[in-house]
Amino acid sequence: MATLNLRNITKRFGDIDVIHGVSFDIDDGEFAVFVGPSGCGKSTLLRLICGLEPVTEGEVRIDGEVVNDVPAARRGLALVFQSYALYPHMTVYQNMAFGLENLGTPKAEIRAKVAESARMLRLEPYLERKPTALSGGQRQRVAIGRAIVRQPKIFLFDEPLSNLDAELRVGMRAEITQLHRRLKTTMIYVTHDQVEAMTLADKIVVLRSGRVEQVGAPLDLYNDPANQFVGGFIGSPRMNFLTGRATAAGPDGLTVEIPDVGTIHTRAVAPGALGQEVAIGIRPEHIRQGSGATNNVAGTVIDVEQLGGLSYVRLDDPDMTVQLAGQTRLRFGDRTEINLPEDDIHVFDAQGLAMTRAEPAQRMAARA
Amino acid sequence: MAAPTRVTLTGMLSARRGFARWDWADWTSNVYLVLGTLLMFGPVAWLLLSSVKSPSSLVEFPPTLLPWEQVRAYVPGQNAPLPLFKVVEGDHAGQRLAEIRRIGLQATMVDPAKPDTMIRVPVAGREKVMHLHASWQNYTDLIGKFSFGSYLWNTVFITVVATALTLLVNSMAAFALSKYRFKGREPVFMVMLATLMIPPTIVLVPNYLIAAVLGLTNSLWGVIWPAVATPTGVFMLRQYMLTLPDDLLEAARMDNASEWRIYWRIVLPLSAPALAVLAIFSIMWRWNEFLWPMVVLNRSESFTLQLALNSFQGDLTTQWNYLLAMTVLTLLPVTVMFLLLQRYITQGIASAGIK
Repeated sequence: MATLNLRNITKRFGDIDVIHGVSFDIDDGEFAVFVGPSGCGKSTLLRLICGLEPVTEGEVRIDGEVVNDVPAARRGLALVFQSYALYPHMTVYQNMAFGLENLGTPKAEIRAKVAESARMLRLEPYLERKPTALSGGQRQRVAIGRAIVRQPKIFLFDEPLSNLDAELRVGMRAEITQLHRRLKTTMIYVTHDQVEAMTLADKIVVLRSGRVEQVGAPLDLYNDPANQFVGGFIGSPRMNFLTGRATAAGPDGLTVEIPDVGTIHTRAVAPGALGQEVAIGIRPEHIRQGSGATNNVAGTVIDVEQLGGLSYVRLDDPDMTVQLAGQTRLRFGDRTEINLPEDDIHVFDAQGLAMTRAEPAQRMAARA
Repeated sequence: MAAPTRVTLTGMLSARRGFARWDWADWTSNVYLVLGTLLMFGPVAWLLLSSVKSPSSLVEFPPTLLPWEQVRAYVPGQNAPLPLFKVVEGDHAGQRLAEIRRIGLQATMVDPAKPDTMIRVPVAGREKVMHLHASWQNYTDLIGKFSFGSYLWNTVFITVVATALTLLVNSMAAFALSKYRFKGREPVFMVMLATLMIPPTIVLVPNYLIAAVLGLTNSLWGVIWPAVATPTGVFMLRQYMLTLPDDLLEAARMDNASEWRIYWRIVLPLSAPALAVLAIFSIMWRWNEFLWPMVVLNRSESFTLQLALNSFQGDLTTQWNYLLAMTVLTLLPVTVMFLLLQRYITQGIASAGIK
């Protein structure tokens, strides 16, 4: 149980800056997920937090205490490695007991704690086995079990599910959620998979090239991305982007002229943006088939993915993906009209920052 | 898929290239293998057989492979047992006589049953009476006679202690050189490897001076300490440890393990294959070491087996029977070990790429 605060964390490897002044807070008992494309520094950040790498500048605080100079072992954290890093020459029991032995815990207590964790993770039949005799999912559970027995202040997970197959991954995701609910310990989870981030997190930290792009609850990030990167990164399939020029700016919104597509009305409030280049973004699931009063766009179907319950239609010219409920009769080469609801359009300025939108309360109410 | 065929010894020996008849390749490979076997095992077999020959049998001419020895008989009135001959020509043909003395081409012989009658027999007209006789006393004598036990103990002590220390010291160096990033790591490693280029004979005298100053001469520790740190061992272990994932060490670090504990509980057990190879090498090196012990150990009570072997070869006489028996005894432990650990040795040589 602990809080974590990062203050202007910088990490340099030689001359290369990997993390550029990162600051955010994670509250007690929160499930935080670091997400970002590979190479964004999320794993490095995790290693800085647990003390396997020293920070170049800035402060890492655990429970309000600066731990920059506290060695990894004494920070009271537990890390689950991507490779699991189970000791191959030890049995499952020995793997789980190793940390407690190092702390000089009495034998009986170690036995009790390992048994307790093994029961929780359904590892009891495997305690005397070596890790090589376990399946991927079981190894993963042993790695988690090794972390649990020490009752750490914060659990750190470094892409723990990336070595598992898709089905197992969904199962383990649910198990980790349950685990968090039961232990109520602060957890930090690193992944490049935004679905994992959305489903697990209380709080998502989106990282790109060593910088924090946005911190917030999953739905806040989904509904109000702070910038074009977050808009594109969170949500699957990706948000559609079209670039154009702001031609009119009124109190109820910004009108954007998009070459070869037409005029799109948005709810962005940005009087200063008039005449500037902007990008509009809309999620595939918000686009409707057919036409409305405004914001109608026509496109040619170049790909249809029928998933049964829903369908993805890929349009060319403009290049957009549309998610339709149910099944569709659209085929390759068809011409179709779609409508972009004003309330669901995000507008980003030339720097990629999101513009504020009018009447968020009404919009939220309408969606509900 | 056919079930894997069981390889039997006869099956292996009569294995052919796959044609119905013997191919030229079968002939050449078999001849090559037989010659190779003779070349490799011939001397060893000869050594083993000769080690049970008596001194007289050893100087027998023409030499025999098996321990054939001339039969000797006790004749009343003679001090020593006399060699027996079978006469094949002349009046006494068919009789077995003992030789008392031989002058030129005539031998004075006697019938053991009638010790008073001297018989003169031409040397050409008789044959030696031979029998197979293994003189195990070559071995039994050794044990009491030459303080063999203390030589054996010295050698075993040096081998075991030096090997244990070698494993410990080399693995610690290898751990640091493979798993810690520090300034000068590469230069240190290079300097270590560079020492491989200096022949041991060149540093023999300086080493001896150091050993003398430290008071290590005539002490078994004088043989042990200089051998403990070997660049080969460090290199071999380092290469192996580089393959151990860093994640394991970091996991252990997160598990509150001290650096010593990481080394002892994680790195050492996982390096077992490389350690086994180094142990085998070290045992063979120490057991067979000759030059350095000869320089350091001057008193016979601190001799190793190899030095004792050397001392059998005197300036004037050499007791070949004892020398051979002791050579066998000296070979035995390493041979047995080699047989037991063969698998690891081939594995290790293959993985470390050294010999």
